[in-house]
Amino acid sequence: MTVASEDGARPTADDPRRKAHVILRVNGEDHEVAFLPHKTLLEVLREDMGLTGTKHGCELGECGTCTVLVDGEPQLSCLLLGLQSVGRDIETVEGMAGADGLHPLQQAFAELGAAQCGYCTPGFLLTAEALLRNDPQPSRERIVEELSGNLCRCTGYLKIYEAVEQAAAARTAPGAGR
Amino acid sequence: MSAADASKGDAPRTPEAEGLAEQLREGYRLIGRSPVKVDGPAKVTGATRFADDLSLPRMLHAKLLRSHVAHARLVRIDTSAAEALPGVVAVLTGEALPTSFGILPVSQDEHALCRDKVRFVGDPVAAVAAVDEETAFEALSHIRVEYEPLDPVFEPAEAIKNEIEPIHDYGDDGNVHKRVSMEFGNVAAALDESDLLLDHEFFYEGNTHLPMEQHATLAWQEPDGRITIWSSTQTPHYLHRATSKVLGLSPSRVRIIACPNGGGFGGKSDPFNHEIVVAELARRTNRPVKICLTREEVFYCHRGRHPVHMRATMGFRKDGRITGLHFRTLLDGGAYGSYGVASTYYTGALQTVTYEIPAYRFDGVRTFTNKPPCGPKRGHGTPQPRFALEIQMDRAAEALGIDPADLRLMQLQPAHGITANWLRIGSMGLGPCIEKVVEGSGWREKRGKLPRGRGIGLACSSYICGAGLPIYWNAMPHSGVTLKLDRGGGVAVFCGETDIGQGSDTVLATCVAEILGVDLTDIRVTAADTDLTPVDLGSYSSRVTLMVGNAAIQAAERAREIVARTAGKTLGVPGNRLRFAEGRVFDVQDPDRGITFSEAVSQAEAEHGTIATAGSYTPPPTPGRYRGAGVGPSPAYSYSAAVVEVDVDEETGVVTVDKVWIAHDIGQSINEMLVIGQVEGSVYMGLGEALMEEMTYRPNRFGVHKIPSLLDYKSPTTKEMPEVVTYLVTDPDPNGPFGAKEVGQGPLLPMMPAIANAVYDAVGVRVDMTPITPERVLKALEREDRRCAPKPLPDLRIEDTVRIKTLAEGGDGTSPRTGRPTKESTAP
Ligand code: FES
Ligand code: FES
Repeated sequence: MTVASEDGARPTADDPRRKAHVILRVNGEDHEVAFLPHKTLLEVLREDMGLTGTKHGCELGECGTCTVLVDGEPQLSCLLLGLQSVGRDIETVEGMAGADGLHPLQQAFAELGAAQCGYCTPGFLLTAEALLRNDPQPSRERIVEELSGNLCRCTGYLKIYEAVEQAAAARTAPGAGR
Repeated sequence: MSAADASKGDAPRTPEAEGLAEQLREGYRLIGRSPVKVDGPAKVTGATRFADDLSLPRMLHAKLLRSHVAHARLVRIDTSAAEALPGVVAVLTGEALPTSFGILPVSQDEHALCRDKVRFVGDPVAAVAAVDEETAFEALSHIRVEYEPLDPVFEPAEAIKNEIEPIHDYGDDGNVHKRVSMEFGNVAAALDESDLLLDHEFFYEGNTHLPMEQHATLAWQEPDGRITIWSSTQTPHYLHRATSKVLGLSPSRVRIIACPNGGGFGGKSDPFNHEIVVAELARRTNRPVKICLTREEVFYCHRGRHPVHMRATMGFRKDGRITGLHFRTLLDGGAYGSYGVASTYYTGALQTVTYEIPAYRFDGVRTFTNKPPCGPKRGHGTPQPRFALEIQMDRAAEALGIDPADLRLMQLQPAHGITANWLRIGSMGLGPCIEKVVEGSGWREKRGKLPRGRGIGLACSSYICGAGLPIYWNAMPHSGVTLKLDRGGGVAVFCGETDIGQGSDTVLATCVAEILGVDLTDIRVTAADTDLTPVDLGSYSSRVTLMVGNAAIQAAERAREIVARTAGKTLGVPGNRLRFAEGRVFDVQDPDRGITFSEAVSQAEAEHGTIATAGSYTPPPTPGRYRGAGVGPSPAYSYSAAVVEVDVDEETGVVTVDKVWIAHDIGQSINEMLVIGQVEGSVYMGLGEALMEEMTYRPNRFGVHKIPSLLDYKSPTTKEMPEVVTYLVTDPDPNGPFGAKEVGQGPLLPMMPAIANAVYDAVGVRVDMTPITPERVLKALEREDRRCAPKPLPDLRIEDTVRIKTLAEGGDGTSPRTGRPTKESTAP
C-alpha cells in the first residue's frame, strides 16, 4: 500500500466538474443544494441532503427500490438526474409521516408486517401512495399491476397488497384525516 | 407440553419461579399474538440505518478490482498509475494482508485480496480508497495486472477427474474438496428386499439470495487505534474473529456492529473480502472508509445455493413402507470452501427426519470449480435432496397405487424418536400439517381428476431449529442475553443477534416482555455489537428464535425473581402468588393489591443494588458421535407440508402456479404475524427456485456470469405470486422458548417438489431438474419416457464408507473404530 497523494488533492481551479448550485423542492420545502451535475436524484437525496430513507438495489432502473414521487408520479430516482428535478415537486419517505403520526400506508405496512427487512419499503410506499391518489379504492388486480415494478425479496408481496387495501379503506373511511 | 415446561433454569424452584410458572399457565399476554414489531415504525419511515446509510466526516470510498479471468497465476500488479491519480488516497494489494481466512476452521482458503492466484471471475486482486466513489472507480482502470492463465474447470463432472492444476492446494484430492460416505444399517440388503425399487437422477440448479440491499461496510479507526466496522452481515461474531485474525489485532481492539440487514437469506453469513479490506484501508489511511458493492458484484460474491447432481435409490414394500435409501450427491462448490463442508453433509443429513427410513446410506462429494463460491442459502444444502426425495415419494405412491398423502402419513418419523442417522427428534407435527393442506386444498377430490393441463402436487419437509454445534469447536453458549432494569420501568436488552428482516429483535423483546409483564415499547433492544452485546453466533441455521429466545427467557426470569423477592415482602404476598402483567406486579388472588413495575424495580434496586442479569443457551448434546455427526443435530425440527395447484401450457411449456396451501409446524408462534410473513416469503422464494432462478455462466468466456442483473436474473414479481393459504400447527417443542420452533427456512423446502409433482399430475411428465423451465417441460413432453433428467452421475470414487449401527441394530451412535482420529470439525 502506498499513500498516493495528499489528502483530497483534487485539482479545483480548472476542474470541469464544478458543482451545480440549485434549489430542490423536497417534501414541500425548498432546499439549497450544491452537487456535481452528473449526480442522480438518488445520490443527491442520499449523499448531499442526508435523506437516506430512499434506498437502492441496482442503480440501473431494474428494481423500483429507489422510487420517489416527482410531481406526484412514481419515478426511479436512480435514473433521474438531480438537475432534472429542479423546479419539480419531490416526495420521499421522510415526508410521509406528519405531526399526527404515521401516514395510513405506513401504519398499515407496520401493522400487517408488510415490511420485513424494510429495505424495499420506501419504494413500495411511494408507489402505493401514487396509486391511491389516482384510485382511492383500487382492485387487487390494479394493486398487483401498479406494484409490479417493485421487487421485494422478503414478503412474497401478499402482506403488501393487504396493507395497501387497509390503507385505502382507512383513507376513505368517514372522518379519515388524510 | 405445558407452558411452564418452557421456562428454563436448572436451579431448584423458588417460590418466585413457581409464580412465573403459574403466570405462564394462565396464558400469554404477547406470545403468539401479532403486535407491530419493535423496529416496524423505523422500517416504514425510512429511519432504519442500513450500512450504506452511514457516513462519517472525511470518509473515503473504496472499490475493488476484480479478476476478469477464471483461473490464473498472479504474476505482477502495478498500481503506480492508480496511486498517482488525484484523489486516490490508498491502494492495496494482496501483499498487505497475507493471513488467510474463511468461515469454517477446515477451509481457511480465502485472502482479503488474492496473492498467488485468482480462482474465479470476480476474485478481488486490488483495492483503492479515494475521496469519492468515481475517483476510486476510475483508479481501478489504471491498475495493471499480469496474469498467467491456467486451465479452468467449470463442471463438477470434469473437476472430479482431476485433469487440471488443482484450484486449491488442500482438500480431499485434487479438485475434490470433500468426499463423505456413511451408512446406517444395511442398505444393500434393504434395497434387495424391496418390492419396488426406484433409482433416478436429479439436478438442482444453483441460485442466489438476491437481497435487495447490496452489501456495504464502513470501517473507522478510533483515536486510540481500535477498529470499528459497521457492516451488512448476518454473522458479526464470525466477522469479528476473521477480521481480528487477518488484521493481526486482538479481538478486544476490533468492534463489529452488524447493521440491520436489507435481506440476508444466507448471503451475508461469510466474512467477505470487502469487509476486511475497508478495515485495513481505514487503518492505513486513518480515515473512515466505506464500500458498497454494485449489484453485479453481489452476484459474483454469491455464496448461494450449490448446484447439486443427485441420485436417489429408494426401496419400498408393497404396503408402501420405505425399506432403505441410498442417496448420492455431487456438489458444485465454486472457487472457495465457504460453508461447503457443512453444505455437503447437509445434502445427506435431513432425509431421515420426516419418514422412517430404517436403512440409509449417503455418499457426497463437493468439487471446486472456477466459479463464484457457493455457500448457505435459505435451507442450506437441504432443498436439493428434498426435491429428489419428495419426487420419489410421488413416484412410489403412483406405482403402488397409494395416495401420496397416505404414503407419507403411514410412516411418519415418530416424535421424540431417534432417526437411523442418530438425530433426536422433538415435537413432530407433520401429520397435522399434511391433513390441513390435504383438506384445505380439496386434494382428494382434485388429484388425478383435474382437466388436462391442470394439476395438483404435494410435498413435505423438515428443517433444523439451529445447528447443534458451533462453527468452531468450543464449549461456550451459542447465545447470550444481558438485561438491565431501569428505575423508570424501562428494560434494556443486549444480545448479539442480528435482525435480517426476520424479526429477531422482536422475538428477543417479546420473550423478555412476556416474562416481566411489560409492554414491547418499554424494551430497548441493543443488538449485534461485539463490544456491547453478549455473543450470539449469528442469523444462520434458523437458530435465532430458539437459542436467543431461551437465553432471553433465562435472563428475564432471573430479573423477575430479584424484583419479585422485594415486591413479595412489600406487598406481604408470597412470591408464588405474584403476577407480572400490564406493567404491574400484583397478587393473583387479589389483583388490586399491587404496585407498578417501575415501583417494584425501584424497591428491588434499593434492596439489591443495580438490577442486571444474564442468560445464555447451549444446545443439548447429540446422540450421534460418529465422524460427520456434527451436521444435522438440532434442539428441534420444524415440519412443513405444501399442496400447489398449477396450470401447464402444453404449447409453450409455461407452468403457472395458481394457488398454494402450506402448513407449518411452528411449535408455538412468538409473533404470529411474523411467522406467517416467513411462510409467505418462503413460498415466494421457493417459487422462484422452482420455476426461474438460476446462476448460469459462460464457460467459453472465462466463466462470466450470464445474467448478473436484477432484470436478467429472473425472480418472481407481484405478477407471479400466487394466492397462499397458510396453516400453523402448534405442537410446542420442549426445547423451544415457549415451545417455539423455526420458520425462516423450512417452509421453502416443500415448494419445489410440490410444483414438480403438480406438473406431473397436470401433463404426465417428470421434470427432475430445477428450474422447471418451459424448455424442460417441452423437452419432457416430446420424449418417449416423458421425463427431463440430467446426464448420468459420474463415479464419485467412494473408497471407504463409515458404517454406523442404527438404534434398531443395537448401535450406540458411534462408528466402529477405524483407527482414524475423528478430530475434524464438521460442524456447520
Ligand atoms: S435502484 Fe433504482 S431501480 Fe433499482
Ligand atoms: S421487506 Fe425485505 S425486500 Fe421487501
